[in-house]
Formats: sequence, C-alpha cells, structure tokens
Amino acid sequence: MSLETLRVSPGYEHIMPIEYQDLINHGPYGRQVKVSEMGKFKEIIEEHPMCAGCAMSLFIRLTMIGLPTPEHTVLVGTAGCGRLSISQASIPFIYGNYGDTNAVASGLKRGLEIRFPNQKKDVVVMAGDGGLIDIGFKHLMHAWFRREKFTTIMLDNEVYGNTGGQESGMTQKGRILKMAPRGKQVDKIDAIGLAKVAKVDYIARIAPTNPARVARTVRRAVLVAREIGSSYIQAYTSCNIEYAIPTPEVMKDAFNVEKERYGFEEILSDRAKEYLNEIEKKDKEKK
Amino acid sequence: MSDPVAQAPQQKERVRKGDLQKVVTPEHMFFEAPRETQFITGSEAAREAIRRANVDIAISYPITPQSETMQQAGYLYDEGYIKDYYRGEEEIGVMAAIAGASRSGVRSLTATSGPGLIRGLEAISSWPGARVPAVLLDMCRVINTPLAIQPDNIEISFLLNTGLIVLHGENQQDFFDYPLIAFVVSEQVDVTLPVVVSVDGFFVTHARGHVSIPSADIKLPPRDGWKCAVPAMDNENPPARISRDAPIQKSNFISYHMHASWQQEVFAAVQRSARYLRKYLKGLVEIVNPDAEEMIVASGSAVSQSREAIRQSAELGRKVGLIKIKSLRPFPAQEIREACKNVKRILAPEFNQAGWLHKELCSTLYGYSNAVIQPGPRVFGGMTMPTEMILEWLEECRK
Repeated sequence: MSLETLRVSPGYEHIMPIEYQDLINHGPYGRQVKVSEMGKFKEIIEEHPMCAGCAMSLFIRLTMIGLPTPEHTVLVGTAGCGRLSISQASIPFIYGNYGDTNAVASGLKRGLEIRFPNQKKDVVVMAGDGGLIDIGFKHLMHAWFRREKFTTIMLDNEVYGNTGGQESGMTQKGRILKMAPRGKQVDKIDAIGLAKVAKVDYIARIAPTNPARVARTVRRAVLVAREIGSSYIQAYTSCNIEYAIPTPEVMKDAFNVEKERYGFEEILSDRAKEYLNEIEKKDKEKK
Repeated sequence: MSDPVAQAPQQKERVRKGDLQKVVTPEHMFFEAPRETQFITGSEAAREAIRRANVDIAISYPITPQSETMQQAGYLYDEGYIKDYYRGEEEIGVMAAIAGASRSGVRSLTATSGPGLIRGLEAISSWPGARVPAVLLDMCRVINTPLAIQPDNIEISFLLNTGLIVLHGENQQDFFDYPLIAFVVSEQVDVTLPVVVSVDGFFVTHARGHVSIPSADIKLPPRDGWKCAVPAMDNENPPARISRDAPIQKSNFISYHMHASWQQEVFAAVQRSARYLRKYLKGLVEIVNPDAEEMIVASGSAVSQSREAIRQSAELGRKVGLIKIKSLRPFPAQEIREACKNVKRILAPEFNQAGWLHKELCSTLYGYSNAVIQPGPRVFGGMTMPTEMILEWLEECRK
C-alpha cells in the first residue's frame, strides 16, 4: 500500500484511534526495523491469545520484524495455533481451508503479479507442522516443484497443538501423544530434505534462540522469494503445554533442542546466494 | 541435446493477442455486437467465451472426458488471451488457488467435472463465504462409484446450498453465453460471489451445435479489483488489526451472531444477483406455451429433449408447455409460481437419480399451485432420455 494511503487527512487525527495513529507514525512501514529497536516502534503484532510462555508467539513476533516490506506483504495461514496471533496482525492475513495454504498462496502471488506489475508484493505462508507436512503436504511440495515465488514458514511445534496434542508428521519417533498411545511409530519427516529434493532456493532451519538471526533469516527468505524462487524456513517453536515444558524453561528447551538436533542451517541455491550477496553488499555500502 | 523448454518461445517475446482486442461493454457483447453462427462443440463454445472474457488467470487440472476446456484455456494462454495459467496438483489445490487468485483481485477461471468437483468441494463451498468472484465451468459427469465417465448431473445437488450462484446451460449456445454473463454478474459489487456454469457432459461438451458468437476482436472490460464487497487481499488498504478472513470460533453469542449474519448476507447476495441475471440472461426462465395445462419444467439438456417432446405432442394435437430454468441459484421461484398457478400437471425430467429439481419444484410450488408434480422421468448413469419416455410419462400422468 502506498504510505500516503495510510496517513490520516489533516484535521481528522483526533477521530482516528491512537492504535492507528501509532501504526502510521511509529510503525515498521517503509523502513527495515531491527530487533534491537524493539520497544521503540509499533509492532505488527502486539496482543494475541496464545498460551503464556509459547515459543511460537515469540517466533511470530520476530518474523514480523524481519519482513522486509510489511506494507506490501500478505500472510497466508491455516488452522493451527499460529493463526490465533497472525490474524491479529496489522497486515492482511488469509485464513483458508485446512492445509490449503500453499495452493492459496500460489494463486494469490500470481494474481498480485498480474495486478501490480510495478510493485513487488511479498506472500508469506505461516502454518504449523500438521498444516504443512500432513494435510497440506501435496500443496507444499507442488508449490515448491512449481517454484512458486513465496515464502513458507513452518511453525514446527512437533504436535497438533490447537486440536489438543495429537502426533503429527513432524513429531519425533517414540513420543507418546494423543493418537500415538504407544509412542509415534515412525520417524519425524525430513521436511528440510524434501525441500532440498524440490530444489527450494532458500532453506533454513532455526530455533528462536537468537532473535536477530530469526529476523535476518526471515528477511533473506522473503527477498529470495521475491526475485528468485521458493523459500522455506522450518522453525522449532515448542508447545510448552502438550510437551509439559514449564513456562520458565521454554527458552532453555529451545537452546537444548537447538544444540541436540535443531541447529541453525541455511541452504542456498547459487542463484539465491548471488542475489543475496548483491543486496547485502549494497546494504553495507549504504551504511 | 538442448533443453526443449528453453527453446519454446517465451510469451513475453510475442504480441499478446488479448492486448489487441477491444474492450466493449457487457451490453454490447451480449446484445449488440454482430454475431456469426459456427457449428462447434460445447467445449469449443466455452473456449470462445473464455477468449472474449478478459481472464487474468486460469488454473487447470485434467479430468476427462468432459472437461477438455481447461486444456483449450491453455492454448488461449499461449496465444495471449489469458495472462497466467498453470496445471495444479489436483482439484483441492486448484480450487484453493482460485480462492487465492481471486482474493488478489484478478479475474479467475477454472473448470471441472463430476469426481473432480466433489474432490474440490471443500474449497469450492468456501468461496461464497470468502466472497471471491470467480467462474467455475462444470461439465457434469457421473460421480463414482462404480467408476463411470458418462453424463449425469447429480453433482449439481451438492452445489445448491453453498451460497454459489449456479447456472445450468441447455446447449452449446448457452455454454458460450453463460460463462461471459457469469463473470459480469460475479463481479458486481453487491454480488461478489463465485458463479458455477454447469452443463451436461457429452450432450453439450462433445456434441456440436450451432452457436452464434460475436467476433474475437472484442472482450469484456477487465475486473476492477477495487470494486468488491470485501477488500482485496492486496495490502492496499489502511492497516487494521482485523482480518477479512478472521476466524470466528469463540463459543459465545457474538461469534454465533457474526457467523449467522455472514451466512445470511451471502445468501442475500445470491438473491441480489437475480436482477443482473434477469437482464443478461433475458429472464431466469424461458417459457414455451405459457397457457398450457401441462407443463414440463427442466434445466440443462433435459430442456432440449423436452422441446422435442412438446413438438411431437403438438403433432398429436396436445399442447404442452415448457419452463426452461436457466438459473438454479438464485432459483426463479417467483417466475415458476406465476407460470404454474393454473397448471394441472407438471413433469420434471432429470438426468440424475436424486431428483433435485423435483424436490425444488415441490417446495417452491407448495401452497401456490394445485398441479400434480410428477417425480420424473429420470435417467442416470449416462443414459440418454428418449423423447418417447417424456411422452409416455405425460400419457401416464393423464390417467
């Protein structure tokens, strides 16, 4: 959207809610905000109804800071915990049917390219592990095979949290959960491996242990999707309720899991590498 | 060996034929433009409609044999009449992608048939609630099982209570006219709903008929993404912490009320579409022999069979009337009640086992007509409906 569209016409400021005025005067629109500036600008997501101590809500908050152009971004989600907060964002959020995110995003992104040939619009799917790897699997894979230019972020809490704690394809083998009364019988699906097979241009695995890194990863993924091809971020966002992680221990768990099996990893195609190098070189020169 | 895909000429290098077409008003396209008659199949008629419809994106999935239209749409894309086109993974993926494309504010088209329609139905039935204008061409085919690929329009019964606008074409001419009208009606601000144009497979899609069409150098005006009952998902609106698609799932009275009023509005929008459809379809119904005491009420290719039956009946000295229903949603209740108020016997020939039109007629006419409404004749599973069958039913119900 044009920043001019946002601004309140002179003389009408007093009738606009303070919330709106704050978004315009102190929001992240038209500039790249940083994690270190948190508290000094109005965020895309503030209030949300997610559980206390939820690592996913922290990750989503950081994601919004990483978006390179929030005023030209559309978010797509599906059933799952994440959408409880994403739908509170001050940028448009599409809530479709179960697991249809990457099909919806394919049509949406192509439509936006037709309608706005001179303005890049970023489309970002944010959905849970069940939404993407189970019910949305086919759409996820085919959007990748088609090299659709949008970013997919998997909020991997390794469980169906919103429906009350059933095993998902991303649950680790042996974990006892609802619908896995004897422990999950098969391995966690290697979604990163699948992304590699599908030749996704930017792939990252991350845990929310380093806020600046989360924001940077999101920014890089969205930029690659804007010009090069599909991008995928898989984020460990633990469910402290279903995995019974005491609230004060949530970050400790994130550090432990990161160390054991969820270390930061970035896999870039040559084209993506070249493109990001160019952009980041220019950014440095500006400074 | 070099890559054949790389060798294929890129569309950008060619002149897009769609850019050479002149934009005309819907009224000019439907009523004023000079037409010439061609002898073509229903699928070809649909292709010619798409050529003139100024479609932005068409998303396809193969389903045979009825729906060859989407591969024809592929050729139109290649010629530059459609701006973007791809083959989706399957129908849920296609119908969801149409929902995404339409939310972005562009004119969106797909087509399917029988089992494909049922597969995509979760997405299709969510379109009205999402208020996405789009057109779905539906070439009716048996729904499995057992596996069959023959014409049968039972699938229409699944569409009737979803909030979709549903048109049912009789012949190749309708399959040219209705899709064009569908786009125009779908995108009216006070409608903002998807339209399904159904025809009976084979009888319409594969058989040839005379189709009167305007020249290919004109097209409908483009979709205006700003003209919509709900904002497009383009992030061109001022920021607000409320999503157009906000999930309403709290268990409290406000959420029940929100959902109820949303549904009410969707179905009210279906009714509002009637005034546009009456104008562009020249009425929601066509009535032949309005003063007859016996009336056949039909939609789709059953209308063609009924036309022949009433002709044969006239030869035998019996005047029988016919009501062709063009629009199933909105249902022309007012027109049917008026036309049937003095009728004694009604026949409802259908190409499906369920008899959805018969049920619809019974509930529409209850308390408005004393006519006996016969539950048939019906054929299904791919059978044809001989005119003799209709005449026999007429004879039977006179006893």
